[in-house]
Amino acid sequence: MMPKYAECNVGDALPAMTTQPISRHTLALYCGASGDHNPIHVDIDYAKSAGLEDVIAHGMLSMGYVARMLTQWVPQQQIRSYKARFTAMTHIGDTVTCTGRIAEKWEESGEQRVRVELFAETPQTQTIIAEAVVALD
Amino acid sequence: MIDKKLIGHVFAPVELPVEEGRLKFVAKALGQTDPVYTDRQAAQAAGYPNLPAPPTFPFMLEADALDLMGFCEFLGQDLGRLLHAEQSYTYHQPICAGDRITFVKTIREIFDKKNGALEFVISDNTLTNQDGVLCAESRTNYVFRNA
Repeated sequence: MMPKYAECNVGDALPAMTTQPISRHTLALYCGASGDHNPIHVDIDYAKSAGLEDVIAHGMLSMGYVARMLTQWVPQQQIRSYKARFTAMTHIGDTVTCTGRIAEKWEESGEQRVRVELFAETPQTQTIIAEAVVALD
Repeated sequence: MIDKKLIGHVFAPVELPVEEGRLKFVAKALGQTDPVYTDRQAAQAAGYPNLPAPPTFPFMLEADALDLMGFCEFLGQDLGRLLHAEQSYTYHQPICAGDRITFVKTIREIFDKKNGALEFVISDNTLTNQDGVLCAESRTNYVFRNA
């Protein structure tokens, strides 16, 4: 059931989600499916030549995971905008934990809207700071 | 340094089909188990004409329209120094399987920080469907590490 605007309060947490550890297979699938074929995510030789110790996950993969958490909370049609800042790299073996909380409530364009602050983190560090605007009934 | 004359450059529109098989592959890659994203009947029950593209799909069409290697080449930059700094979307209408999306990319800003050690390239993109409806707008912010 979609959350009700009247029942949402600033500070309320969204149901969190943690992924399986990121594997090379995860990145190979995402490379192929997403069309982001940058070899830095799948080719360790290339990653080393670029000065990294190993391949790194696509930032957009984590942004996709955060979106998955968000669409578990509300149907996607309710999302008006979504933006993310990538703050650190995600490595092989990392789990990605996605969290969120309601930051603001207001009415605009005849809709009741909430702004949610969203985050992704690995066991080591925060990797994404994001936010979305969502319309609620 | 990236040529600032490229600010305002509009790339030729690219028309891209949104294929059902691609959307299922994307769902698999994201670990998405909600049947709305993989089962047409579930999608229709949720109010979509067909499988919906997920919120980050516009970036995938961006990669289809102009792959990263091509974009770096256009800017005269090395792909190995590219970082994705920020990504944003505004949504107007769902993008679904069967749509044909026209993707238009405009370079909005080019600037550097830390005496050129970091160069930023910000692009604005529009995604318009086969009926001429603007489905989504996106802003992509890349950084090239020169140091």
